[in-house]
Amino acid sequence: MAEQSAALDTRHERQYSTRGVVLMPVPTTLKELSKKPEILTGGHRLCAGCGAPIAVRQILKALETPVVIGNATGCLEVATSIYPYTAWRCSWIHTAFENAAATISGVEAAYRSLRRQGKVKSEFRFIAFGGDGGTYDIGLQSLSGAMERGHRMVYVCYNNEAYMNTGIQRSSATPLGADTTTSPAGSAIPGKPVPRKDLTAIMAAHNIPYVAQASPSNWLDLIKKADKALNADGPAFLNVLAICPRGWRTESNEGVEIMRLAVDTCYWPLYEVDNGVWRITYKPKDKKPVEEWLKRQGRFKHLFTAENKHIIEELQAEVDRNWQRLLELSEKTS
Amino acid sequence: MGKRVALTGNEAAALAMKQINPDVVAAYPITPQTDIVQYFSSFVHDGKVKTEFVTVESEHSAMSATIGASAAGARAMTATSSQGLALMWEMLYIASSYRLPIVMPVVNRALSGPINIHCDHSDTMGARDSGWIQLYSESAQEAYDNLIQAVRIAEHPDVRLPVMVCFDGFITSHGLENLEILEDSEVSEFIGEFEPEYSLLDPEHPVTFGPLALQNYYFEFKRQQADAMTKVAAVVRRVGMEFEKVSGRHYELFEEYRLGDAEMAMVVANSTAGTAKEVVDELRAQGKKVGLLKIRMFRPFPKEEIAAALSSKQIVAVLDRADTYSTMGGPIYNEVRSALYDEKLRPLTMSYIYGLGGRDVGLDDIRKVFSDMEASRTAGKVSEPINYLGVHE
Ligand SMILES: Cc1ncc(C[n+]2csc(CCOP(=O)(O)OP(=O)(O)O)c2C)c(N)n1
Repeated sequence: MAEQSAALDTRHERQYSTRGVVLMPVPTTLKELSKKPEILTGGHRLCAGCGAPIAVRQILKALETPVVIGNATGCLEVATSIYPYTAWRCSWIHTAFENAAATISGVEAAYRSLRRQGKVKSEFRFIAFGGDGGTYDIGLQSLSGAMERGHRMVYVCYNNEAYMNTGIQRSSATPLGADTTTSPAGSAIPGKPVPRKDLTAIMAAHNIPYVAQASPSNWLDLIKKADKALNADGPAFLNVLAICPRGWRTESNEGVEIMRLAVDTCYWPLYEVDNGVWRITYKPKDKKPVEEWLKRQGRFKHLFTAENKHIIEELQAEVDRNWQRLLELSEKTS
Repeated sequence: MGKRVALTGNEAAALAMKQINPDVVAAYPITPQTDIVQYFSSFVHDGKVKTEFVTVESEHSAMSATIGASAAGARAMTATSSQGLALMWEMLYIASSYRLPIVMPVVNRALSGPINIHCDHSDTMGARDSGWIQLYSESAQEAYDNLIQAVRIAEHPDVRLPVMVCFDGFITSHGLENLEILEDSEVSEFIGEFEPEYSLLDPEHPVTFGPLALQNYYFEFKRQQADAMTKVAAVVRRVGMEFEKVSGRHYELFEEYRLGDAEMAMVVANSTAGTAKEVVDELRAQGKKVGLLKIRMFRPFPKEEIAAALSSKQIVAVLDRADTYSTMGGPIYNEVRSALYDEKLRPLTMSYIYGLGGRDVGLDDIRKVFSDMEASRTAGKVSEPINYLGVHE
């Protein structure tokens, strides 16, 4: 918590102007933030301890204009929009699983057209939220297309590292060795046999104005990144870790602590790629061994045996390689 | 009144889209629709339309973006064919369920496999139960006219449903035709401004599109959709009458060609109707009482009107450029037969599947159908109800 409270004092000074509208800076103290109205309200049916609504609420704290939110099919969508109720205090659209990016890109295109014609007066922002299944896997094409086309929109992947809504199946965000219902820790194959892919880097390769990786455990970092994403002059992508107590097999009150371990082990490094400049936004003072993150979660329990120890070593090697690469990239591009 | 020009079907469709001047078009190329996207791109890049053009990476995204745009209160269009329509399939149902007045030309092409780029109707017939209104067009003129009328039909407050305007790949899309077009101002006056009832972009009135509706509500959404379909025929008729005032061209739910006193009738959709009319004229000249019913509105299906037009016939042959693989004949055949079931007088009926994958259908093929009908009529029964016309057996 030390870094966090230090950060509380660093207000951002910046006042930016977008299309003639001078916007107030995003509040960065807890007190001020708590006064901002919640756009995702209580009463939704997400599980206790779910990381997704925490991430969403933090991101929406950076918002200063009306917004249209798009949702991919998944836990966040089904649990917040059970007709005739909604937990969203904004315009919201869900169409299907693999196309949140395409759908919101159409909304943004309509906005551009109608605003040019003077038919829409207010300034709007556009955010799509998808799980890792809807983003890394089935929705990757739609996401890539929307980013390449330059829509002014933010795509947020709330990444709980598996398909949770359908009952914890592996996705390409699921780490090596994890026990899921389609990569069970069996006696012949101990969990997921292949490593996760690096979607944040794939999105950075789209050369869009802003890409970042964040975690709700480091809330100020996340809100600042959301602010940058929302005010980028073009598409922006945020990959946000989001604990799933059921899928990760953790207690519902340990979420923030466990996500913080992902950050402090560099399993989930916090960084941004701002107009091509890679910058690590948080460097842990002592990088903890990946085991500390793994051992807190039931999905990795089977790795802590003599015969599966090598998987932990492989995971550590992956983390180290990736961290080294980030250090080099941030050196090279800054 | 408009002027005469020589255009291909695709040029005519692109021109209709230019004159409709949608707020958003999201589209992806596929043979034989590609020209439409290309012509429209030129309109955008030459500043001839106000449209925000979204060059999506797939048809699934084309329909998704069109849905997003329409939900945001834009007049939104796309266009496709065949595999493209198949890839949209998931989203077609969502567009109609969200009651979005999207208008989409579909240039009919066979579905894979094997892959084939030529005309048949398996693509749009495959989407017949997706909740879209379907209008079929014999010619470039009809494709053009249907597209303009479709905007009014889709946006009518009693309807608020998407419309596909179907016409034949290559035969109509690439064939050059002399047609009469309206002035830009006539089109914009005819379609008027789009005033959405709900929009995602109204900051005072946030709306939800696409919530989760479970056992307690889903059915009611679907019932309302079915109810809206019952209102479509009246709107199509009214819009047709208004369109006649502007264009001088007459549109009904279907076209009757020398059908009134006919004893033997053929039913067909799209360009083959032209060939069939030739044969009807020829047989009429020989004193034979033959006629044609050309399908225009296939969804919703105008069952009373079609039953009334056909029940007094002695025999009806329905030509389908698509199969259902149900062993019960083509899709139009099944609807026509079902529509006739409650009639006191019921003609004999025959199904002909023809022209799959662009197989040519000529005057001789149509003549053969009429002579088969004559033989069955004389025999008083149909011995081969399901037939494949022009296939090498
Ligand atoms: C085309 C399609 N395929 C499969 C599904 C079933 N499905 C719904 S949600 C889901 C998993 C969602 O996983 P993710 O995107 O990670 O989000 P989460 O549930 O974890 O929030 C799946 C497989 C679907 N709705 N649509």
